[in-house]
Amino acid sequence: MNAPVFIAGLGVVSAIGHNAQDCLGALSMEKAGMGELELLRSLQQGKLPVAEIKLSNQQLASMTGLSPGTPRTALLSALAAGEAIKDAGMENVQNSRTGFISANTVGGMDKTEEFFESFMKDPASGKLHDVVHHECGAITEIVADHFGIHHFISTVSTACSSSANAVFTGARMIRHGLLDIAVVGGADALTRFTLNGFNTLMILDKKYCKPFDEHRNGLNLGEGAGYLVLVSEKIMKQLNKSAYCTLAGYSNANDAYHQTASSPEGTGSYLAMKQALASAGLKPGDIDYINLHGTGTSNNDIAEGTAIKLLFDPVYPKMSSTKSFTGHTLGASGGIEAVFSALAIRDGIIYPNLRFETPMKEFSFTPVVRFLKDRRVRHVLSNSFGFGGNCSSLIFSAC
Amino acid sequence: MQTMNELMDQLKRQIIERLNLKDHTPKDIGDDAPLFVEGLGLDSIDALELIVLLQQEYNIKLSRAEDGPKVFHSVRTMAEYITEHSPEKTTA
Amino acid sequence: MKVYIRSAGNISPQHSLDKELFLGHRIAQGGSRMTALEPDYTHFVDAKMIRRMSRIVKMGVAAAMECLRAGGIQMPEAIITGTAYGCLEDTGIFLRRMIDNKEELLSPTAFIQSTHNTVGAQIALLLKCHGYNNTIVHRGFSFENALMDARLLLQEGADNILTGAVDEITADSHAILSRFGIYKKEMHGPGIPEDQKKGTVAGEGASFFLLTHQAQGALAEIRHLETIYKPKHFGDVENRIQQLLLESSLTIDDVDLVITGHNGDPAHDEIDIYLSDTIFRNKTTFPFKQLSGEYPTASGFALWLTSGLIGGQKAPEWFPAIPLPLKHILICNHDLNAHHALYLISAC
Repeated sequence: MNAPVFIAGLGVVSAIGHNAQDCLGALSMEKAGMGELELLRSLQQGKLPVAEIKLSNQQLASMTGLSPGTPRTALLSALAAGEAIKDAGMENVQNSRTGFISANTVGGMDKTEEFFESFMKDPASGKLHDVVHHECGAITEIVADHFGIHHFISTVSTACSSSANAVFTGARMIRHGLLDIAVVGGADALTRFTLNGFNTLMILDKKYCKPFDEHRNGLNLGEGAGYLVLVSEKIMKQLNKSAYCTLAGYSNANDAYHQTASSPEGTGSYLAMKQALASAGLKPGDIDYINLHGTGTSNNDIAEGTAIKLLFDPVYPKMSSTKSFTGHTLGASGGIEAVFSALAIRDGIIYPNLRFETPMKEFSFTPVVRFLKDRRVRHVLSNSFGFGGNCSSLIFSAC
Repeated sequence: MQTMNELMDQLKRQIIERLNLKDHTPKDIGDDAPLFVEGLGLDSIDALELIVLLQQEYNIKLSRAEDGPKVFHSVRTMAEYITEHSPEKTTA
Repeated sequence: MKVYIRSAGNISPQHSLDKELFLGHRIAQGGSRMTALEPDYTHFVDAKMIRRMSRIVKMGVAAAMECLRAGGIQMPEAIITGTAYGCLEDTGIFLRRMIDNKEELLSPTAFIQSTHNTVGAQIALLLKCHGYNNTIVHRGFSFENALMDARLLLQEGADNILTGAVDEITADSHAILSRFGIYKKEMHGPGIPEDQKKGTVAGEGASFFLLTHQAQGALAEIRHLETIYKPKHFGDVENRIQQLLLESSLTIDDVDLVITGHNGDPAHDEIDIYLSDTIFRNKTTFPFKQLSGEYPTASGFALWLTSGLIGGQKAPEWFPAIPLPLKHILICNHDLNAHHALYLISAC
């Protein structure tokens, strides 16, 4: 049950780059992806900064081979999952016991929004084609069908921790001998539904977000997708390449405090991190870098920070929130940050937490503010916490 | 022009409806009783709902969520805030 | 490792919360929609907690609480929820207001409660359960994949995994799915599956199960669970059934009853008819969707029905004649012929 699970390939698309190489470039140049909302038709244009991917659905369609009428989340998912499969050097995923376990939070909502405008005026109008992919599971199936994966497919939706849960579901299935290969991660496109929804919570920063800063003022929403190709040791040996790292530990816990707010003690975050360390057989002192959930909201950062303090004090690993680059990509964030964690281990790099100025008065630690290279990065902890108290942590370790 | 008592009574009815407090009548909510935690037991989501209530019913924008606790302490503090900030100095 | 059902809780268009009523009366609802019979929720949840809950959340929470009560377990070690559509009512409320109000003056409650993990999260919140909590949203496999996740947790050493299936019909979803031609215009004849005019009948409901590795006092054993995604031929499903029985050292003759997913739409029932003519020839079958209606997580209802039959060793008065004692029941469900699920449920 503790057989190693290797990361053989990865793919990512976000506002800072359309593939892993471009994202790494932006991370090393300390270049954030936030800006004006341009592609999503919304009355919030000009009011709220977002980390939008500047590729139209038409462009994404021609890059992936899917139809331009496909929901944007599926287009982003196919782009990043395709990169991951190619990167792993796998031509025949459909012939193996391959699983596709993907996460998202609002399925084909971008199209449903279009549909509802007509449907609300007249229940007999609105293009049915626009709601056929409304379900979260439909997004996964578009992409699974596109790559010919049918042995096992599943969709996870636990708000902002969704794709972290998808990632480790794949690892567990490999360890249980149910799969040889698991393409895991998640995707979410910006939609008016989520943008306005988060706006009602009054947690969107009107400027670029400042995670873990005393004067943080909320989060910026983003969009994107991130996927890993997980394989068993047997498959890894057959591939003509070396693994990025292993997925050494994981855990899922619930804060059970409030539907949206995190508990002041960060109970769920603490349990997720502590149990992930135990499952990897590591001690807090072994962690070299924490990729924080770090949304930039008052509530998340204090809860997450409190849990980190409880677990790590007095010796803290390096840490940062890459949401200061990509924005909060919701159901994609755990997948994107898993990709960044794997790259940190392969390249010996640590990402900066952009725009950090003032330490939070509650804590003695501060995030990393500059891009660091030539570091020894053996073990990375990646946090993903969400609405409904869903907290998940993943640990990646050098091979 | 509405009296303070009339405004508070109206607010109580609006709060009950907006927050779906089905088991409550306006009589159950004291003018000065705390709305949050120990009083009605409201939480942060309710605070956001009350912000929208102020906007929709009284055309008053509370742009800083941090002001919430002071304004929404009780029905009376809400009524006072409305009276002070009402654009027409009357209520809807 | 064996997986047992310690207890179950269900809300459906039938009297599923009241065993005696359920065994005595089958409810036939006319029209193209079977609505769940909802209890007085204050019996299950503190009134203060109910005020923000939409129908699907209330149904899910009540089914979960009933399941825990019946199992005599206060705190499960994990909560796993399967839902295909998620919280449609609150999604619709927020979406409509967003369009009506032109993205202004929106309130948060419907948005917050629209998240797919709301049911599982509310159960955790009510129980103060800090354990593993997951929500699977994969169409006709939502419940099966949740069960698979629970099985993995049991193998990893956990016990008492609360696992469920929830979906609701709303006015909008019914109107939209009707336009796809999924539902009947009106019911002809006594109900599904006898009425073979185009379309099926919409259903909804919530089912929760406590899964354990302890056979003692359990209702039934989930001997085998298998899913098939978009089978190319009907024969593929038949072969998988044969394979599944073989792996359990059984033959079709050992199966006492087959619970089928016939939904009354000739376009979708072809597979069921094929199986009735082949592997299930001479078998007693019961099409369960006449009780629950059709929805992507309806197999939750089928599992509730089956575990009740095996656990109670008593058939409802209105049920076809079946041999007692019941040892093995096969559930053969599919959602629009894309997502097939096969369950072998056995007496403990």
